[in-house]
Amino acid sequence: MPRRTHVAATVNGEEVEFLCEPRQSLLEVLRENLRLTGAKEGCNNGNCGACTVMMNSVPVNSCIVLAVEADGAEIETVEAIARQGHMHPIQQCFLEGAALQCGVCTPGFLVAAKALLEKNPNPGEHEIRFNLAGNLCRCTGYDKIVRAVQDAAEIMQSAQPAAVK
Amino acid sequence: MDKRAEATDTPEYKVIGTRPVRHDGADKVTGRAIYGADVHLTGMAHSRILRSPHPHARIKSIDTSEAEKIPGVLAVLTAADFPELEDKIAHLGEGSVNLAFLAANCVAKDKALYRGHAVAAVAAVSPHAADEAVKRIKVEYEPLPATTWVLDAMKDDAPLLHENLRTDEMGEKGDKPSNVASHLHFETGDVEKGFAEADVVIEREFRTASVHQGYIEPHVATALWNEDGRLKIWTSTQGSFTCRQQTAELLQMPISHVTVVPCEIGGGFGGKIAVYLEPVAALLSRKCGRPVKIIMQRNEVFEGTGPTPGSFVRVKLGAKKDGRLTAGQAWLAYDAGAYPGGMIGPGCMCVFSCYELPHALVDGYDVCLNKPKTQAYRAPGATQAAFACESVVDELADALGIDPFDFRLKNAAKEGTRRVDGPIYPRIGLIETLEAARNSEHWKSPLEGENRGRGMAAGFWFNVGLKSSVSAHVNPDGTVKLLEGSTDIGGTRASVAMQLAETLGIAAEDVHPIVADTDSVGYTDVTGGSRVTFATGMAAYEAGLDIRRQMAERAALLWECDANDVTIEGDDYSANGNSMTFREIAANLHETGGAVVGRATVAPEGSTNGFGCHIVDVEVDPETGKVTILRYTAAQDAGKAIHPSYVEGQMQGGAVQGIGWALNEEYFFDNQGAMRNASFLDYRMPTCLDVPMIDTIIVEVPNPAHPYGVRGVGETPIVPPPAALANAIYNATGVRMRELPMSPPRLWKAMAEKAGSRE
Repeated sequence: MPRRTHVAATVNGEEVEFLCEPRQSLLEVLRENLRLTGAKEGCNNGNCGACTVMMNSVPVNSCIVLAVEADGAEIETVEAIARQGHMHPIQQCFLEGAALQCGVCTPGFLVAAKALLEKNPNPGEHEIRFNLAGNLCRCTGYDKIVRAVQDAAEIMQSAQPAAVK
Repeated sequence: MDKRAEATDTPEYKVIGTRPVRHDGADKVTGRAIYGADVHLTGMAHSRILRSPHPHARIKSIDTSEAEKIPGVLAVLTAADFPELEDKIAHLGEGSVNLAFLAANCVAKDKALYRGHAVAAVAAVSPHAADEAVKRIKVEYEPLPATTWVLDAMKDDAPLLHENLRTDEMGEKGDKPSNVASHLHFETGDVEKGFAEADVVIEREFRTASVHQGYIEPHVATALWNEDGRLKIWTSTQGSFTCRQQTAELLQMPISHVTVVPCEIGGGFGGKIAVYLEPVAALLSRKCGRPVKIIMQRNEVFEGTGPTPGSFVRVKLGAKKDGRLTAGQAWLAYDAGAYPGGMIGPGCMCVFSCYELPHALVDGYDVCLNKPKTQAYRAPGATQAAFACESVVDELADALGIDPFDFRLKNAAKEGTRRVDGPIYPRIGLIETLEAARNSEHWKSPLEGENRGRGMAAGFWFNVGLKSSVSAHVNPDGTVKLLEGSTDIGGTRASVAMQLAETLGIAAEDVHPIVADTDSVGYTDVTGGSRVTFATGMAAYEAGLDIRRQMAERAALLWECDANDVTIEGDDYSANGNSMTFREIAANLHETGGAVVGRATVAPEGSTNGFGCHIVDVEVDPETGKVTILRYTAAQDAGKAIHPSYVEGQMQGGAVQGIGWALNEEYFFDNQGAMRNASFLDYRMPTCLDVPMIDTIIVEVPNPAHPYGVRGVGETPIVPPPAALANAIYNATGVRMRELPMSPPRLWKAMAEKAGSRE
């Protein structure tokens, strides 16, 4: 058994500590050690995006981030998108727009789409498609996912105080 | 996009046709839904599988002693741990399977028949320890020649996969061993006569590569062999009862000793019906006395599980000058992968299923070769056949100078048309679907610009019935708990619950659907064949009628009248001037005798016949051969769309899978028979940047065999895209592509050859 390393990070706003092997991915530790199973394993080599989480405010494929790299980092997973019993507009729009079928890619899409909208509150269709191209969905054909992101952008825009404009 | 061509006289519905939020939605957008890989059990061990590096090899010996010495290893398994199985056929609802082959596909016995074939498995305290251990297993192989192309495997001197396999010719066995497992033959009329009557006859050959279903969730199973001899399995499956049956048969135990808990399933498309991991996890669990979980890696999914057949199809069609088809002939060879029983049957039945052909002849061959055992993939076998037929139909219309819609409408199958394999169509909606597509704004708008072209194609899938069972319990607050056995892959909790809600006159949200395990609900066949909204929905309707009857009895008790005097309108029950709502009667259940439980089992026979038509505009880059899709419209007869958003979703998702199949996806085999692109990076499925919005037109020609008119919708949409794209590419470039995928190098080469031949 390889020696384990002590890692301290902030996950969904909580300070956590864990021991991990150098070969363990962030995804594995989130799922197996911290039991945050919202991020999914689809390929384990960074190609499908189902494991997308935020690391220091940047979306990453957690299956190709080593857990030891998370030391001192701020991690946010799909489990933290809804707050105090309220869904985020992106979640609401996915539900109302039927933007999920099997739902296994959904956590990754939600994290990636929320990251996009925080960076660019009013993306065009092409920008949405470009920014979500790292997330594979095999069920929906993407149509309703893109529309849900557009709808969420609209809701988030209108929720902004008028002074911002 | 809700552009619906409404059929006349559709009844008024309160719930059906609306778009409520799916009942399982909140869990799936918060990360709380439990998929197969999310199962954690106390003391759980993790397993990894050793797979053959050779596409065809005799296994001479397996030495597991070094692996057993790795710290943390709990158990090692080989085929020797499986019970001996005879060549018994097990019926699994949608298709049947030879148990000896099924067991050997789970873990190879004497020979590895494809690269990626499981050979041994290890259970250990961590997946990493299991990983290390499988690398220490020593297998002595004797490599054998291999083949991965269907026509090569049919040759007399082809390497034989099964020494005892003889071709089944209409029940007669051939006299020598062969890779050809069976030869199917369908005939109607006299094709020679039909072709003699034709003014134009066109015959073409088509090839398609194997593609994978590509579900994002890898196969996963967790098994606990309890000390009382009972087995419990948590898995990702399209059919929990089918999984239970296969596992019980392979392990030679009573089915009542096996419980299958269906977790949320991350896509299946036909590829999660056969068992791979469940029996292995079960045997490992028995060996080590702990629950054992196995998760496949993505390369294992590609190399070890169900691709769809690679195919060779020859289609010949004849027509009169006026466009009337006179005869059709097809010769289809589909690979079955390593074990017999591929998708050739439906391929043969679907090849001409859109047309009325007075004379037709179809021959089909089921061929074993060194690929994973092929599995169903959304309308299995139909897409390859439609690519061929719809391309020739387009060429024929073009040769006769007839509009492609006019040509198809003139020959379209309709009520009373006899399919080449025998069945006569009841009321179907192909003509309405073609007309809706032709009348679409897309088809009517001009397409301008260089290297651009528009194409269209039709498609068909049977849609099956099979067996479904539900029970429903009325809560005192007037809501209803619905237990069903159909695993929900694409929103069927909603579409089934909505039919119960409609029947009871209550809101969709007041029905709480639960996908139950095999101990908690009656036998239900797989989620496949586009059957759940149709058949499980029908069971929900029947259970609703059962509840209505009981609720009327309860009302009659309260009103001291005869239950037959109670009339029901929506959720309103009344008799002799008394009136109560469903909710009010529910509040009185405890006073009137206790719980009301409705139940139903249905086994509707036959097919619900789904037809679709797709239109696509493309632009081809003459420098690279890359095809860009400019616009896409899918039209389809849904019978009655219960939840239109999820019907559209099926159409859009199927269309994009078909686009991937048409333009990019393929298994690349090297000349050693090894797949060289077993990752999502190299096996290129469409991303959202590769496709435009997919417009949909839902046509509603109610199915007379369903109380609400439902037809299955899930599978048909994958059928038209390759042919529609090939026809569009022809109109853009003048090149007829007859091999899938129509990838940039292939199209570029074809365009270069055409330019060369012009010079």
